[in-house]
Amino acid sequence: MPRRLLRDRQIVADEWLYSAEAAGNSLAPLIVTVDEWLNDRETWLARGSRLGLQIAPAHKLESLVQDLGFFTLIAAEFPGPADGRGYTQGRLLRERFDFKGELRATGYVRRDQLFFLARCGFNSFELPEADIEDAMSALSTFSAAYQPSNDKGLKFKLRRGIPAGA
Amino acid sequence: MYRYDLTDRTLVNERVAQFRDQTRRFLAGTLSEDEFRHLRLRNGLYIQRHAPMLRVSIPYGLLSATQLRTLAGIARRYDRGYGHFTTRQNIQYNWPKLEEVPDILAELAEVEMHAIQTSGNCIRNITSDHLAGITPHELEDPRPWCEIIRQWATFHPEFSYLPRKFKIAVTGAPQDRAASLVHDVGVHIVRGENGDLGFEILAGGGLGRTPIIGQVVRKFLPRRHLLSYLEAILRVYNAEGRRDNLTKARIKILVRSLGLEEFTRRVEAEWELLRDGALGVDDAEVARMRGFFHPPAYRALTDTNPDAGKSTAFRAWYRYNTAAHKVAGYRAVYVSLKKPGVAPGDATDAQMELLADLADQFSFGEIRVTHTQNLLLADVAQERTHELWQMLEKAGLATPNIGTLTDIICCPGLDFCSLANAGSIDVAKLINERFDDYDYIYDLGELDVKMSGCMNACGHHHVGHIGILGVDKSGEEWYQITIGGAAGADASLGMVIGPSIPKSEVPETIARLLDVYVEERQPEERFLDTVRRLGVKPFKERVYAAPVAA
Repeated sequence: MPRRLLRDRQIVADEWLYSAEAAGNSLAPLIVTVDEWLNDRETWLARGSRLGLQIAPAHKLESLVQDLGFFTLIAAEFPGPADGRGYTQGRLLRERFDFKGELRATGYVRRDQLFFLARCGFNSFELPEADIEDAMSALSTFSAAYQPSNDKGLKFKLRRGIPAGA
Repeated sequence: MYRYDLTDRTLVNERVAQFRDQTRRFLAGTLSEDEFRHLRLRNGLYIQRHAPMLRVSIPYGLLSATQLRTLAGIARRYDRGYGHFTTRQNIQYNWPKLEEVPDILAELAEVEMHAIQTSGNCIRNITSDHLAGITPHELEDPRPWCEIIRQWATFHPEFSYLPRKFKIAVTGAPQDRAASLVHDVGVHIVRGENGDLGFEILAGGGLGRTPIIGQVVRKFLPRRHLLSYLEAILRVYNAEGRRDNLTKARIKILVRSLGLEEFTRRVEAEWELLRDGALGVDDAEVARMRGFFHPPAYRALTDTNPDAGKSTAFRAWYRYNTAAHKVAGYRAVYVSLKKPGVAPGDATDAQMELLADLADQFSFGEIRVTHTQNLLLADVAQERTHELWQMLEKAGLATPNIGTLTDIICCPGLDFCSLANAGSIDVAKLINERFDDYDYIYDLGELDVKMSGCMNACGHHHVGHIGILGVDKSGEEWYQITIGGAAGADASLGMVIGPSIPKSEVPETIARLLDVYVEERQPEERFLDTVRRLGVKPFKERVYAAPVAA
């Protein structure tokens, strides 16, 4: 059964495969790790499918900037409930490196994190099955915010409060 | 003071709903203990030795009389009739029931209060000078800036899962009454070379296991850039701070391992990319925030001599428990929460209600929490101080000991905290029993005694003129003594005098330290200055020269 995920506020079947899941499937869009990409980029490019990049919290985006154009998806890993480096990676990808593709949270992702993840630019979430049906409402936990937002089309005005949900 | 608008109110109400739902899921078993822990810790809720402990935020220590009445009501209805004021200007309740916490939060929201980010690895309550806005020589009232930072830090989506907790203190006067040098970030309002007001930014201070004094990252930051600069510091810390070892995760360790120069370089490089973004604080916004902190309607009074014809007791109280006010005819009045026999920082529901009434009658309806765990009525007409004193005296709130030996800063210790190695409240009691002669206490002059029940240093022992740290020695409560620490603008870390001592010997040990001081001091010299001049040696020798008689 394909993985289900929450993407752009809809529960969808995931058409993407991680490289570890892709044995025998040469057509599906593929997510590779940073190491796989750096070691073997020609092979992946020759595959001809859409490519995604899986990054760990310790990866420095600055060193990957030149390659971002090859990817239509970036999956940031959250190793547990305490590691918040992915939030910074998300904002940098959207705000500094202008990444327009799917920005996915993977690993330890629960409904209680979704609101902040979305505000940092994530638009797709790999949630446990138990959480997925209820998770949508978490995206509207708060209807205002005190900081600039990544939600497109919303102008941030310091402090006056802006609707955060798009 | 700052008043909520629709946005603030909406956010706090939505937070109550979110936490109510999280609590419901935990009680229903769909959230595991560990998952719920990460969520409740973002809301000041600890599971402690006896019961949950709920810490409620008091932004920069400022309360309205109405808010204080609500805190009193919560103490009575959800707790055992008291609350504990902390060194970060918050209040803690030690006996709430987990399932009632959402209701407590809803009551707090009614009076524009919350428990958001009072624990957990996020940006904590913004603290400040308890004499902000009223102290002579202040460059500018720091509270509008505290509120600007508070809002930026509240539910910051990027910085809610930091490597460790993050504490910011802001001051606007040359004297540092907010311990800003031992905060993760200290913000000082300063005047730049061009005459404009801006900020000096410090980073990397902190207490705990590895106490470090903060260092200057930027000498002068133009005011409009405050938030973008803080964002740069937090971003570098979030990305680079250690996450492999809880005891090395504070920003002070990052600053130390990179070195100040390299840390600063990274912050500045990040800031270059952020400085002209959406976080600029424009003059209109500053003016709007200042509007919330306008001086109250002072009467035209002149300074009086309130001593004239008054009792010795009143005069002692006036001398120790009131402070200078920049407006003629006014005085700031400390409410001592350090009565002998009472846990330092504790106030009962009835006391809080009385103080709310006194705030209405004497001080424009506001009251402040000091980082030394006392309260303050900031704007009292000098001519009414005697009347106020009589009412405080009756309620046990006029102990004339502010800034003296018995004005002890103290964490909840072993009695309440699951982290503590040793009791601290009962040690405060022993000290109070031993030193009950006010002539002697006053003769000693300014003396900060600070006590923590464990390495986490919630009682700031490293920066006490005398610091007392609880240690566990084969299951017994022992205490390590330091001297020479200070928390102000001349902050320093205390030096250990020698091997730790059992609880019963703490008062005698302090007595011996004070004997050396009394014998050796020069005119006008404080205990701290004598320690700085002589070093630890003479104190150490006296303490360990002879065994303490049982």
